[in-house]
Amino acid sequence: MNKKPRSLIRIIIPVVLTLVTIALIVWPMLAGGQYVVLDPKGPVGASQRDLIVISTILCAVVIVPVLILSAVIVWRYRDKPDNKSAYEPNWSHSTKAEAIWWTVPIIIIGLLAVVTIRYTYDLEPSKPLASEKAPVTIQVSSLDWKWLFMYPEQGIATVNTLNIPADRPVKFELTADSPMNSFWIPQLGGQIYTMSGMAMTLYLQADHEGQYWGSGANFTGEHFAQMRFDVNATSEEDFDKWVTEVKQQSQPLTQETYKTLAEPGTSNVAYYSSFPEGLFQDIVTKYVIDGQSAHSKHGEASGAKEITTQDVDKSAN
Amino acid sequence: MLERLKEFASEFFVTGDPLIYGADVAIGITMITIVAVLTYFKKWGWLWRNWLTTVDHKKIGIMYIIASIIMLFRGGVDALMMRLQLAMPNMDFLHPEHYNQVFTTHGTIMILFMAMPFMFGLFNVIVPLQIGARDVAFPFLNALSFWLFFLGAMLFNLSFVIGGSPDAGWLSYPPLSELSHSPGVGQNFYIWGIQISGIGSLATGINFLVTIIKMRAPGMKWMKMPMFTWSVFSTCIIILFAFPILTVTLALLFLDRFAGAHFFTLDLGGNPMMYINLIWMWGHPEVYIVVLPAFGVFSEIVSTFSKKKLFGYKSMVFAMLIISFLSFFTWAHHFFTMGSGADVNAFFAVTTMLIAIPTGVKIFNWLFTMFRGRIRMDTPMLWTLAFIPCFIVGGMTGVMLSVAPADFQFHNSYFLIAHFHQVLIGGVVFGYFAGLYYWWPKMFGFQLPEKLGKWAFWTWNIGFYVCFMPQYAVGLMGMTRRLSTYGWDTGWWELNFVSTIGAFLMGVGFLFQVAQIADGIRKYKTLKASGDPWGGRTLEWSIPSPAPEYNFAITPRGDDIDEWWEEKERRAKGIYPPEQPLEPIHMPKNSAIPFIMSICWFVAGFGFVFGWLWMAILGLAGVGICMIARSFSYDTDYYIPVDEIKRTEASLRGSV
Repeated sequence: MNKKPRSLIRIIIPVVLTLVTIALIVWPMLAGGQYVVLDPKGPVGASQRDLIVISTILCAVVIVPVLILSAVIVWRYRDKPDNKSAYEPNWSHSTKAEAIWWTVPIIIIGLLAVVTIRYTYDLEPSKPLASEKAPVTIQVSSLDWKWLFMYPEQGIATVNTLNIPADRPVKFELTADSPMNSFWIPQLGGQIYTMSGMAMTLYLQADHEGQYWGSGANFTGEHFAQMRFDVNATSEEDFDKWVTEVKQQSQPLTQETYKTLAEPGTSNVAYYSSFPEGLFQDIVTKYVIDGQSAHSKHGEASGAKEITTQDVDKSAN
Repeated sequence: MLERLKEFASEFFVTGDPLIYGADVAIGITMITIVAVLTYFKKWGWLWRNWLTTVDHKKIGIMYIIASIIMLFRGGVDALMMRLQLAMPNMDFLHPEHYNQVFTTHGTIMILFMAMPFMFGLFNVIVPLQIGARDVAFPFLNALSFWLFFLGAMLFNLSFVIGGSPDAGWLSYPPLSELSHSPGVGQNFYIWGIQISGIGSLATGINFLVTIIKMRAPGMKWMKMPMFTWSVFSTCIIILFAFPILTVTLALLFLDRFAGAHFFTLDLGGNPMMYINLIWMWGHPEVYIVVLPAFGVFSEIVSTFSKKKLFGYKSMVFAMLIISFLSFFTWAHHFFTMGSGADVNAFFAVTTMLIAIPTGVKIFNWLFTMFRGRIRMDTPMLWTLAFIPCFIVGGMTGVMLSVAPADFQFHNSYFLIAHFHQVLIGGVVFGYFAGLYYWWPKMFGFQLPEKLGKWAFWTWNIGFYVCFMPQYAVGLMGMTRRLSTYGWDTGWWELNFVSTIGAFLMGVGFLFQVAQIADGIRKYKTLKASGDPWGGRTLEWSIPSPAPEYNFAITPRGDDIDEWWEEKERRAKGIYPPEQPLEPIHMPKNSAIPFIMSICWFVAGFGFVFGWLWMAILGLAGVGICMIARSFSYDTDYYIPVDEIKRTEASLRGSV
């Protein structure tokens, strides 16, 4: 008699707490759609969201039945004196059963592998996006604890803020003049590392005008938490207008100001009317000796562009 | 002179943080208390003879587990400090530098100084008993392994009051961990703490590999080995191949820092990515190193508490060996975003997913071990049952992470943090707790009171979900790991706040466990355990609890996987094994050398940390002298006479 309420409490406590947790997870989703990864604003992010959904469903196909099965088994075969379900202490092998649960995961993982491989080639970060418009190039360099964006076609530079034209592919060229960081704008698409001595390529696109945000995702030391930046996706005209404004109203970024900027420390948002020619290449090739690439001894990576001093000479001309 | 001394002290000791001053005082008081208690009760001789110089695998195992629980406490306090800092936006509890130190030490300690020794503790206590052996293959090396681990861990822990903690993350990627970015001694503590204990880990791996290959009871063929022993065997294979990589990687990093080499710096031709590849070639197999023994523990417990044979034994063995093989082909999934191209990413995505297949098979086998069984809900079984859904969900998010292009969105976000805590806590910690509860009577001869254990179980489990489920969500909201603070505008605070509550609930769960153990010790006389308190199935349950120092008075046979269960069945039918005469038992003698040699390593490590070459040379010379002394000591074993065995057996079995 005494036992019933106690076991009820035992069930109620976890159930209530689980519900509270689920409620807390669902609530912000209903409140404002802040699940940025699941609310993409560009084609790359959208494909990645689809892939996340597909992989979740494929996994759920196996794990939901298994979760239910485990609950049923534990309940049904619990050791109670009045439990009348079968008891077979020596039943320990069944070729048929084991064949099933070797095969089912193999099939599911096989499906997932096929999907993954297809998407891996489709979403290779350095692969240009299909678009009628030519991409805008933006050179990104992660510094200790700030982001430097250079717009070679426009001749301007910004720190900790990024403007891009909406509905047009953006070709990010990325490097680092600091420990390795990771460039991430969740609503536009997945991240890629910024690394010293390497120039990585990442294509992203914003389909809609709006303000998104980006951040550094790979730990780089003391003020790493400050490495957040706004991404303003505007119309082509607004973008051009903004470029003109920056050109007129800001100071140029010189070698000296860059040196100060590259020192460890945080920084406010800043705009520069110009930047030294070839600065990005200089950062990438900072460690190159005697015309050799810093990575010449390692295999050619498809995502990374190897830059040698010869290339730099060419680009300087 | 005084000025110089002051200046030295201000660099030598960590100053300026009230939290650390508090810790200084607490450490001081604890040390004084320990010394006072030992002196008052005249226990120094006992400590020296029974523990510091012991080569008994069971005692070494117990010391591993005690050390591990202390480290769980420290790593746990680190975790709570982080959660407190993240509970609200713009929190000002830890400044960024301190926060970075806290998460670095949290990660390092939990993996290397909590999970590893807990695992080695269970290896030590159980494997020889389960295979019917009297000891491990190399008892002296075993003691040395323990003391190397322990003093390595102490060296690492010292960093927080002396010199300063490492703050470059638990895997210390260069160039952040190089002199250019971490000029202090913190990284040196990291390198030497891990290096010294890592030598011990490698030695333990070899030791148990040999023990399992060479010392099984007569009749115990490979496919008759208990599942936990199989899991230890597959783990040791991984250790054998993975730990040398760690040793070399850290040695190269040390050469960079100490001797101005450039293995991992871009200037003069090194490459930091090389380090990242190397460290994960150890680091990912390491995850399977700690989780496989937990799978072994669950296999034992599921079968015992369902009163049923383990389902699909051959599948289980096969699955385990596949996992240990595949574990070496997954390392690159830690940097899909490195730009290595679609070919490489696709390869590592698929090899990572493949691990889900054998793991899934194991889950099904456990479920079907319970199917048509009779499941008893004692604490070891509760932890096992809690593990199943937790690991299924954690495994699923792991598969989701392995999908390379999707990982571009998950990488370094809290989604990842939630995933690996779910598999590491749900798999490893729950597994080791289950193992500790299960084998506690065998170690100490009494049972733990169940009631407090159930409180601990529920607070831990509820706390776990409240802590980590919101982290999946916050990851999808774009929160990245290792942030020391975030703003109100992010919209992350509600979920972080909930997560912090969950973390503290787990802390409460830990306190319940401490209370449970304290309560058990207080009442140990009334909680006395028989040799076989759970109705066990394997050989360790055939001998008294706690096991006598020689383990088995008569060498057992291991003709069946569930040898002891079969023996009990036979006895029930009145079939008894033929009487065998007792014979004197050959045992290894205690030795002070492992302890002294490890202290010499500690001294050498400390010297290297501060760049004091004289001290390092002194320490290494000590190590050399210990090795020479050992090679000249011939009197290393003895025999326990038959009379003494008879007396011991009578007193142990008589009281049951």
